[in-house]
Amino acid sequence: MTWAYFLQRLALFFVVVLTAMTANFILAHAVPGDPIGAVISQMTTRGGAVENSAEIIASYRERFGLDEPIWVQYLVYVWNTLRFDLGTSIIYFPQSVTAAIVNALPWTIGLLLAATVIAFTLGSILGALLAWAATPRLARVLAPLLIVFSSIPYYLLALILLYVFAVWPNWFPLGGGMASGTTGDPMSIAKVLDIAYHGTLPGLSIVLAGLGFWALGMRGAMVNVLGEDYLTLAEAEGLSPRRIFFAYGMRNALLPQVTNLALSLGTIASGSVLVEVAFNYPGIGFLLYDALRASDYFMIQGVCFVLVLTVATAVLVLDLIYPLIDPRIARK
Amino acid sequence: MTSLGTAPGRRPNPVLSALGHVATNPKLLAGLLLVSSLVAVAAIGPLLVDTDMARPISAPSNRPPSLDYPLGTDGGGRDLLAVMIASTPQTLRLGLIAGLVGTIVGTFLGLVAGFFGGWLDKIISTATDVMLTIPPLAVLLIVAASVRTVSVEMMAFIIAALAWMNPARSIRAQVLSLRERAYVEIARISGMSELRIALFEVLPNLLPLIMASFVAAVSGAILAALGLEALGLGPQDTPTLGMTVYWSLLYGAFGRNMWWWWAPPIVVLAILFVGLFLISVGLDEALNPRLRRQS
Repeated sequence: MTWAYFLQRLALFFVVVLTAMTANFILAHAVPGDPIGAVISQMTTRGGAVENSAEIIASYRERFGLDEPIWVQYLVYVWNTLRFDLGTSIIYFPQSVTAAIVNALPWTIGLLLAATVIAFTLGSILGALLAWAATPRLARVLAPLLIVFSSIPYYLLALILLYVFAVWPNWFPLGGGMASGTTGDPMSIAKVLDIAYHGTLPGLSIVLAGLGFWALGMRGAMVNVLGEDYLTLAEAEGLSPRRIFFAYGMRNALLPQVTNLALSLGTIASGSVLVEVAFNYPGIGFLLYDALRASDYFMIQGVCFVLVLTVATAVLVLDLIYPLIDPRIARK
Repeated sequence: MTSLGTAPGRRPNPVLSALGHVATNPKLLAGLLLVSSLVAVAAIGPLLVDTDMARPISAPSNRPPSLDYPLGTDGGGRDLLAVMIASTPQTLRLGLIAGLVGTIVGTFLGLVAGFFGGWLDKIISTATDVMLTIPPLAVLLIVAASVRTVSVEMMAFIIAALAWMNPARSIRAQVLSLRERAYVEIARISGMSELRIALFEVLPNLLPLIMASFVAAVSGAILAALGLEALGLGPQDTPTLGMTVYWSLLYGAFGRNMWWWWAPPIVVLAILFVGLFLISVGLDEALNPRLRRQS
């Protein structure tokens, strides 16, 4: 991997994070209504219920340097955010925003990672099969139906699955990440199974909604690869069809798919946030929903920032892995 | 410059040749049929159904479908048929405005970046990559949460601010390839200015791709709006399809088994998304002969 490529990707990562922070800051200050002022007045009105509210308000004023010039406020904000000091939550009051997010994030990442890997793998194989002449008839009929079905967005699919499998015949739980009462740290097999059971429907919504996208992308790439001369050569050499399909066809058609994955992660993450809302799944999407309903502005900002950070990190990792599967990239 | 019309290397009018495939492309036809049936409902519906009944407390609440109320009524006393008739055009309008603005801005940026290159291209491409990496919902949410009460138009413009990246990216890639074509070279040799080449030689050949980008942008915009609405950040006083789903869930239509409340907006949205998807796949095939042969 050349240094230029590495540095360029790293720079993109930092620009993304800095853009997200700056947008957060500008919006918080430029929008009429002054959310920070609103948070402070919200704290004030709850003054009776919350102990030490005067101190908290004072700490907010100091935290954001509200009496300082705007660029000092910006630097203070950037510094705090980079240290993951995202403020105090209102809904989970004594808890900090960071602590609440740290509790919720593993759920989101676990669900997102598992579902995206499954959707990507299945969708790519499906798409490759569609471009392959020897594909069985049945697959040719079923696959397009599945692809059309997956043009329905995550959130709507989640609601449909929720009704069809959880409300109506109650085969699956209505929501949540695991059965209530199963707290405690030690990971038992029963607990893992329970988490998988609760994650099935949310995961299935993400897989179903993603399948078509990957299948279509793969079909397009595969059609191009199958037209290449080296494929004709491989056939002439008498290689087995299975080998040609996987090692010659899919192996090369996969490259644009990985680029697509990096480009669409943001959209996928947005969709899965909504799936969490539909299923009361205890990830950051549900945290966000709670925060929005309670106007917990620091929490909203914090979750959005962490969402951007998560996706940017994933894209960076993909970018750094990419030269391993396509050495041409780093040499350009 | 009319003599250039027959210059060697010039392709046949791409719009016409793409339109020629519509008639023979079942996906495109099916998609157009689905979407135009919804447009027809939005246009004719208000003549047959009194959309004033979409306001709260204009009908008895929580009624299942009956002859008086074909789709039943919701918890707030709205006639759900009227709600559907009133909200479908709002959702379509939102998608059209946001998609149109996003496509125009994206096309302009992609054309400039691809055709003129240099530092302009660097800036535009980097901005596009950065904005594509940021989950759109994260930005939309902060804006919508700060503005609090939004109208359909306002939401459309907020969403349009994040709808230009995909058009910009695909247009730029296409321009990079078009600008090396023989007919562009000939225009250049015959002394046409760069600006005129960009506008009169390259842009017309982008039209099919712009059309495809537009359909994708409309679908993306309605999707983004649905995301905001699912979180309760949609227009509070104008009925849209997404807000109808949101209200039904908020007031426990699932638990109370009021399927007539949540199912119709989901079905209409599903028809809309499937229709737009079929149109864009059909357009893709019309533009990309290799895909056409395969299917």
